[in-house]
Amino acid sequence: MNQSPLHNYHVKLGARMVDFAGWSMPVMYRGIIDEHNHTRTKCSLFDVSHMGRLYLTGSDTEALLQHVCTRNVGDMAVGLSRYTHVCREDGGILDDVIVSRFEDQYLVVCNASNRQKITDWLNKHAAGKDVQMTDRTMETAMIALQGPEAIPQVQKLLNIDLSDLKRYHFQTGSYFTFKYAIFRSGYTGEDGVELILPAGIVKLAMPALMGMGNGDDAVIKPAGLGARDSLRLEAGMPLYGHELTEDWDSLTARQGWCVHLDKDFIGADAMREKKQAGLSRKIVGLKLEGRRTARQGFEVRSGGETIGQVTSGVLSPTLGCSLAMALVNIDHSKEGTELSIQFGAKEVPATVVKIPFYKLAS
Amino acid sequence: MSVPNDRKYSDSHEWYLVDGNIVTMGITQFAAEELTDITYVELPAVGSECSAGAAVGEIESVKATSDLICAISGKILAVNDELAEHPELVNDDAHNRGWMVKIEAADLSPLDELMDAGAYNEHIS
Repeated sequence: MNQSPLHNYHVKLGARMVDFAGWSMPVMYRGIIDEHNHTRTKCSLFDVSHMGRLYLTGSDTEALLQHVCTRNVGDMAVGLSRYTHVCREDGGILDDVIVSRFEDQYLVVCNASNRQKITDWLNKHAAGKDVQMTDRTMETAMIALQGPEAIPQVQKLLNIDLSDLKRYHFQTGSYFTFKYAIFRSGYTGEDGVELILPAGIVKLAMPALMGMGNGDDAVIKPAGLGARDSLRLEAGMPLYGHELTEDWDSLTARQGWCVHLDKDFIGADAMREKKQAGLSRKIVGLKLEGRRTARQGFEVRSGGETIGQVTSGVLSPTLGCSLAMALVNIDHSKEGTELSIQFGAKEVPATVVKIPFYKLAS
Repeated sequence: MSVPNDRKYSDSHEWYLVDGNIVTMGITQFAAEELTDITYVELPAVGSECSAGAAVGEIESVKATSDLICAISGKILAVNDELAEHPELVNDDAHNRGWMVKIEAADLSPLDELMDAGAYNEHIS
């Protein structure tokens, strides 16, 4: 089992550790709802070191990424990050990744569960080209600081000014003598940053960061993968293995905004055809009656027939109601459509609603 | 964590407190903590029958849904209505205010097979 460079801190803080894609990671420290609410009101620190970090150099790197990514990544300025999908020829989603352009290299951050798959896929399509890939997942750490207090806290801790760092941009800096990259991005629906730094330095930085998590009135507290999941769901962000799978394409996953059909990439033909023919099903947001939580795989029904399946569900701590995302037949995907979700022998009414469920006021 | 010694425990982490032929059941504090924040408890209808080894309800937490298994057969006399509004009572006080179901037992003998507090303590440590 892989361990994060922060493993000892999690254990010391009393985290409950779980196996996540071959990594021992904290699912919670104090309680998922508590950690969720702290992120929405103050600032949480998430260890996301399990995410894959692949660095690519060589004169053909841009062309390779342009070929494998659904989104246009060919015109990126240094200091820019872009969320994109990587798909098969038939449009099946292999992963969702973030591509970042450094001066001398590109970084692809992929899901832990897909690191080997994406490495193999990139290597396969880089054959015969001038591309060198280095997997730095094990030698670096990645932490996210998320919440309304994240930016002021990070500015203070790292003694930097982030006022000019826009969303999906990054900059580099140094802490002691070590270099880090700081990205204004995250997976919670809150403002915040994600930091990549050498595994060794994170141990130096953690006492300062985590030390703040001990008191009840601390501004920064640690949060685990449990809260990360409920936060991303409220924010309507898809999760690989739930809303995104090889079984359907990015358009069906309602992520057409990161698909640029006016360029060529692997899966473009299949998605063009799909778009022309019209989608047969689509990911939607559902608001359930009552307080029960729908789970992945629960049937979505209408008029006595199964018309879809739940992909994720949560009893929303922020909105106080039960929310789900589901893949449903296109005829039942319009906002306001009344459906139901099967809970064993019982059916719970649910209405198709807009995603994101929770949006930060801008 | 305290495991009260006035009751019996199943290996699926339910507790049973016997008073004559009336049995009160719930899940253990250990189980509640393992499940994390409990968000909903689905309980049976009062007056319905339950049969030994079958599920009488479901417990939903932030992370998962699990069955509430009842070790005895009988009739449901009462359920803890407070849990509808306050499922967190199970996390706060699983062995008392977080009780779930009261059963009029047809036969108490299945409880003889269950663990006492000492054995359950061993079981979870």
